[in-house]
Amino acid sequence: MGSITLRSVSKVFGEAKVIPSIDLQINEGEFVVFVGPSGCGKSTLLRLIAGLEDVSGGEIVIDGQNATELPPAKRGLAMVFQSYALYPHMSVRSNIAFPLKMAGMDKGEIDRKVSDAARVLNLTDYLERKPRQLSGGQRQRVAIGRAIVRQPKAFLFDEPLSNLDAALRVNMRLEISELHQQLKTTMIYVTHDQVEAMTMADKIVVLNRGNIEQVGSPLELYRKPANLFVAGFIGSPRMNLIEGKFAEANGAKTVGIRPEHIGLSRDSGLWEGTVTIAEHLGSDTFMHIEVPDVGTVTARAGGEFGVRHGDRVYLTPDETKLHRFNDRGLAL
Amino acid sequence: MARKVSTQRKVAFTVMAWTIGFLMFFPILWTFLTSFKSEGDAIASPPVFLFFNWTMENYHEVQSRSDYFSHFWNSVVISFGSTLLGLLIAIPAAWAMAFSPTKRTKDVLMWMLSTKMMPPVGALIPIYLIFRDGGLLDSRIGLVVVLTLINLPIIVWMLYTYFKEIPGEILEAARMDGASLMKEVIYVLTPMAVPGIASTLLLNIILAWNEAFWTLNLTTSNAAPLTTFIASYSSPEGLFYAKLSAASTMAIAPIVILGWFSQKQLVRGLTFGAVK
Repeated sequence: MGSITLRSVSKVFGEAKVIPSIDLQINEGEFVVFVGPSGCGKSTLLRLIAGLEDVSGGEIVIDGQNATELPPAKRGLAMVFQSYALYPHMSVRSNIAFPLKMAGMDKGEIDRKVSDAARVLNLTDYLERKPRQLSGGQRQRVAIGRAIVRQPKAFLFDEPLSNLDAALRVNMRLEISELHQQLKTTMIYVTHDQVEAMTMADKIVVLNRGNIEQVGSPLELYRKPANLFVAGFIGSPRMNLIEGKFAEANGAKTVGIRPEHIGLSRDSGLWEGTVTIAEHLGSDTFMHIEVPDVGTVTARAGGEFGVRHGDRVYLTPDETKLHRFNDRGLAL
Repeated sequence: MARKVSTQRKVAFTVMAWTIGFLMFFPILWTFLTSFKSEGDAIASPPVFLFFNWTMENYHEVQSRSDYFSHFWNSVVISFGSTLLGLLIAIPAAWAMAFSPTKRTKDVLMWMLSTKMMPPVGALIPIYLIFRDGGLLDSRIGLVVVLTLINLPIIVWMLYTYFKEIPGEILEAARMDGASLMKEVIYVLTPMAVPGIASTLLLNIILAWNEAFWTLNLTTSNAAPLTTFIASYSSPEGLFYAKLSAASTMAIAPIVILGWFSQKQLVRGLTFGAVK
């Protein structure tokens, strides 16, 4: 239960082709993350799957059944919204019970399921409260609770963590990952944060301007980005993209090298450069280095590396970790 | 953080606020006081403020000359009727504009509001003729219809701004949770919109209650509400100040009492969207 297939799905708003045409296979039990910059169509794609928007073309198949024309409720999917979208006038209990009530389940059964969900999500003590009396993290858990009681075929998450502060976000990220381990239900998760994508996903779908740029596991995307867009989007800090003589020498239009794949030395190396900014994080040191003929290069040193603005350093890119791209931006 | 305000300034502001409040309230207070004066005291110069012979004579007089309760009942029917009819039309309209807006929604809203900018007297003759030919002159139904149409733009605007405050995602969540349109309306939308609908209702009852132009022009006796009741005491000849005051006091009393008990709702309704 929980496989979703998109066949030539497209979406047009007026004149704007938000999604030209997308084919995608999501397997049962997978944790799939849609990632991309804002406006890339990732949320629209999720809403098409949910049935909150009508497709302009193509079909959506859920568990072998054509669901293209089905209303949202009939698709057996549950959604967690960015704003949580809790019912403000209902208690936590009624919020979680709402989908079961709509399904016409009997009261005893509803109570049992709500208590189960509340226990899993640590909400037992808050069942009689109203959403406004809860913290952001608790509200998010109520939203998840409302989704899991239905035992849906798949969960859809629309940037669920972007309203939380940084510390809470890391926690909730773990909780959602754990939930996936427990439930083994298909999850589709939309985010613009590539760290969330890398840490949570079984499969990442990188979207740009309504097109799929690449689909793969986090490490596949990291190791073998299919094009310049994915190369620049996945990985933090961003991959250095270098054009010019160095690229030509490697037989490419553009050459990419990740900051962590550049050797640093104070004495010798392939490139000589001047540090413009050094960011000392303790565990890592990130340096922005101005290299003549190459441009600004970002390099990472593990641990502490004592350099300051204006210092001279030598850089040596790891030849085996070079990414080469042709003049159309595709990987060679 | 609250700004620090010196005691002196506080006193000054308090005095100023009370003064302005009193100035605004004074005409009503004066009307109220005058209604208990004899006609002689009512026009006395210099005017007497509290120390006169308090008398109920004017109220007896007014009630014996004209039937307050028949006017009162007309006012109730017309203001409640036009408000309820207006809501019935405006709720679906505001709903559609708030939750599935089109490119033209803003224009439609502006156009509706612009009808309020036209002086009503500009439409008096055509409407009068329509009423005459339709046999609607001096009928409650006619007034209910006219007042509904007069206040409809305001009702739609108020409800629209109110509905706009309800996040669309909550409705989508309900849809995902398996609620049919009917259940979505009953369990999710209506409970969230009730405060807005209530304040719209109250404000429009007050507006309709106080509406004088159309009620004076389109009625004579049968459907005449309290506005005509007051007007009948406004005469260029004879001494009618005290009686006019008594009639006015009787006419505004119900709506003042209603407003008094619902002022929290009213203020919330009027400032909704502007102040959160």
